[in-house]
Amino acid sequence: MLLVLLASFIGSFGAVFLKSGAQKLRFGLRYLFFNPQLAAGVFLFLTSSGFYILGLKRGEVSVLYPMVSLGNVWTMIWSRVFFKEPLTRAKMMGVFMILVGVFFIGLGAEAR
Amino acid sequence: MTSTISGAPTPTHKPFTRSQSIALVFCFTILGAAAQMLMKIGTSQQHGGGLMGYLTSLPLLGGYCLYGINTVLMVFALRDGELSTVYPFIALTYVWVTMLSIMLFHESFNSLKVLGVTIVVIGVAVLGRKPKS
Repeated sequence: MLLVLLASFIGSFGAVFLKSGAQKLRFGLRYLFFNPQLAAGVFLFLTSSGFYILGLKRGEVSVLYPMVSLGNVWTMIWSRVFFKEPLTRAKMMGVFMILVGVFFIGLGAEAR
Repeated sequence: MTSTISGAPTPTHKPFTRSQSIALVFCFTILGAAAQMLMKIGTSQQHGGGLMGYLTSLPLLGGYCLYGINTVLMVFALRDGELSTVYPFIALTYVWVTMLSIMLFHESFNSLKVLGVTIVVIGVAVLGRKPKS
């Protein structure tokens, strides 16, 4: 469970790096391949999926799925802190519903 | 946006609109779900082929390719889209994966899944709605 929580945390930072790398993009492939932020972002995502798979191997989907979508909450915080994106009520509502929905999907996946 | 790198002329890009960025994440979720299906097919075909088995399995290779394409899609979606809008959209992947697993792998269909999928879809719709400004 801790592994998956860690995975969601690392993954949210992956998204932050991808975003900051993406903002530097200009036309041309070299900007895509020689871009330390993008590389860091991809690396963090790979690390996070590694932890996620480890966590899934020994855990219940109904607990783990919502933990993964907690990544949305982290990301919402980072968006505000690093990119000054407005935190609107619609975003909070949307993310909350996604968390609830994913929780039910996890429950449903367990009830075989 | 006006910074130049080593004096090279900076080709300016036209920023994607909000809807275009959202369309990119939408494609991302569909390709991501397809990749997961291929991974599932690929791993269930493995009968102890070892590492070579994993490297030469067509479904797995297809899955890796889709993940690669997806990374590029995500980068372009994030370039102009808001992180706090684009990222939660990824949850739509759960919706496709749940539906596809029921159709392709005959996984159980139950009311909890239907409820969950419905709530996620509504949540994503709330996020994607045009903000009043």
